[in-house]
Amino acid sequence: MLYYLIPSLIMFCCGVYGFITRRNMIAMLISLELMLNAVDINFVVFNRYLHPEAMEGMMFTLFAIAIAAAETALAIAIIINLFRVAKDIDVKDLNKLKF
Amino acid sequence: MAVTLPLLILVLPLTMFLVLGLLGNRMSHRFAGVLGTLGMGATATMAYIVAFTYFFSGSPDFIDAQTGDRLQAIIFNVDWLHFYKDLTIRLGFLLDPISALLLVVITTISFMVHLYSNGYMEGEKGFQRYFAFLSLFSFSMLGLVVATNIFQMYIFWELVGASSYLLIGFYYTKPSAVSASKKAFIVTRFADLGFLIGILILSFYTGQFTFTDFTSALVDGTTNVYKVSEASAEAVRNIFQTSAAPMFMGASVLTWALVLIFMGGMGKSAMMPLHIWLPDAMEGPTPVSALIHAATMVVAGVYLVARLFPLYLMEVSALEIVTIVGAVTAFYAAMVACTQVDLKRVLAFSTISQIAFMMVALGVARPYIHEGMGYMAGMFHLFTHAMFKALLFLGAGALIHAVHSNDYTAMGGLRKYMPITHITFLIGCLAIAGIWPFSGFFSKDEILSACFEQHVFWGIWMTMVAGLTAFYMFRLYYRIFWWNEPDYGHHKPHDAPWTMSVPLIFLALVSVCAGWIPFGKLVTWNGEPYHIHIDWGFVAPLSLGVAIIGILLATVMYRKENALPDKVANSVHWLWNCCYHRFYWDELYMFITHKIIFQGVCKPIAWFDRHVIDGAMNGMAFVTNKLSYAIRGFQSGSVQMYVWWYLIGALLLGGILTVCIL
Repeated sequence: MLYYLIPSLIMFCCGVYGFITRRNMIAMLISLELMLNAVDINFVVFNRYLHPEAMEGMMFTLFAIAIAAAETALAIAIIINLFRVAKDIDVKDLNKLKF
Repeated sequence: MAVTLPLLILVLPLTMFLVLGLLGNRMSHRFAGVLGTLGMGATATMAYIVAFTYFFSGSPDFIDAQTGDRLQAIIFNVDWLHFYKDLTIRLGFLLDPISALLLVVITTISFMVHLYSNGYMEGEKGFQRYFAFLSLFSFSMLGLVVATNIFQMYIFWELVGASSYLLIGFYYTKPSAVSASKKAFIVTRFADLGFLIGILILSFYTGQFTFTDFTSALVDGTTNVYKVSEASAEAVRNIFQTSAAPMFMGASVLTWALVLIFMGGMGKSAMMPLHIWLPDAMEGPTPVSALIHAATMVVAGVYLVARLFPLYLMEVSALEIVTIVGAVTAFYAAMVACTQVDLKRVLAFSTISQIAFMMVALGVARPYIHEGMGYMAGMFHLFTHAMFKALLFLGAGALIHAVHSNDYTAMGGLRKYMPITHITFLIGCLAIAGIWPFSGFFSKDEILSACFEQHVFWGIWMTMVAGLTAFYMFRLYYRIFWWNEPDYGHHKPHDAPWTMSVPLIFLALVSVCAGWIPFGKLVTWNGEPYHIHIDWGFVAPLSLGVAIIGILLATVMYRKENALPDKVANSVHWLWNCCYHRFYWDELYMFITHKIIFQGVCKPIAWFDRHVIDGAMNGMAFVTNKLSYAIRGFQSGSVQMYVWWYLIGALLLGGILTVCIL
């Protein structure tokens, strides 16, 4: 079980690191997907090892993948629109939304 | 008796109010006036039929075949508000001697006033509204007198107060009329507070609301016919005496309840010290003063005491309070009436004084003194006073209509120009002064006899007031119709149109004849017929004597213009001043309300509200505002800073949870 959890943890940390350090929104989106996939792995692993007779973890993973796909489509659409307006997708420059 | 006629008596004026109130603006003035008058005429006819049936049909519902006692019949009584089994408010129609009497009085005066208003209010703005309010008032007053229970009476009691408010403030563009209507409403409302508390005490202890349950017993073999019985009133008293706390502050709780109920009556009937609204109520149109503030609404207080009279008999101290309040008010109002210059104010104070006569009559009535003669006398005076005072007010209206002023200083010598008004006004004055054979003599004589029977002090006191009555009425009469003629210019005053003269003549005829009605046979406190006999040996010559002295005095002083009135006024300068300023009651009320209540109570409360309660609310808003200002720097617009904060927060929370679980 640990063999599966350690790579998932590494994946998650990479995702967090990437999300914080990258300025490009596309790169941030990729990091986000990485985190989601790490979580999906966790779901499957815990299901498989702790409750092999149940199916909830598997189902939830499928569900999360579907949601992630939809969410990516949405995020891409927002980024494209943002690019059209601001000619830029660097989050550092997109700080108009403050007090 | 069938339900239809009594029900129609109530429904017709209400329908008239709705029709005239809602559709009045689409009608012409003439049509609205005629419609309202015809409606009231029909109501009056029906009321006459009902009263006549009650008094003279000899039906077993209305009169005991063996003894000839008059009974109380509940014609109908429907559940109106059903809260639970012990608390149901009913609306009904109680027919007994006094309600039948009042039905006749109200509808007669109301019809006369409707007719008169067609002439008096001609061309006024809001003519239809005026007739709508008159109908509303008639409906409320009729509902009040036929009330079967104390709640119904209270409801209609407030309704007459509201319609009185509307009619006093009829000229709503005139500030004095507006403040007079507010004054009337607030003063009577303050009195009604006492009435309500009295009702609550009475019904809390006894658990019943119907008048017949308090004062009467069911006649055997019937379901809706009652006879006045002292046993029922005694049962009510026993409930109070056997209760856990029969005494409160030195008087029995029943006395408190009755005195508080009487307080409501004091407000409506303008007894001292709650009389201050009635003189100001004269700001309304004069026919309204005749109807509401002379003949009908202001006697509601007398009616209330009469309605619960057997209960008052159980607590003689309450009756004594009624007597004292009445006697003091009668004297006070008569004194003030001697000095007023506004024609309607004189009549207003005279009304206060005459209503006080009725109160005294009720107060001195005891069953062991000539079968409760005072009660009969009070009701008799209510009837005759309604007629001659309405006559005087309508006459005053005709005078005001002719000379366009309320002040009698603008009048004088009018007997030549307005013969009809002159004769009818003179009849009214003779009736109120108590000159035989006019109606006022008979009723006043009965009241004075009742007072002498109770205690000679009250007899002398009220005789003195009767003398004052004759004096101030004839002072008014001579100042208007004799004295010296002022310059009327080329608009000579003349008699009013027939719509106004006919009511005057009719009421004058009634004022002449009404005394011969065998009243004791019709209205007594327990329904037993009683034979009136006039005591020509002592009381009648005495009352006639003081009345004639009063009239002679007025004749000497006011028949021709002379300096005597001024001389008299100057010789008792302080007394005259006191009377002229109505013994400074209004100033006293001003002082209490403005200096004590507004300054002493309202100001601190306003300060507390503004600074403590509002302060707490404003403080909370202020703190929130400042706090958010302090932390707004966190919203930097940089997404990745947010992520950092989120991450740190999530880790901290996770750490704390882990520590807690482990």
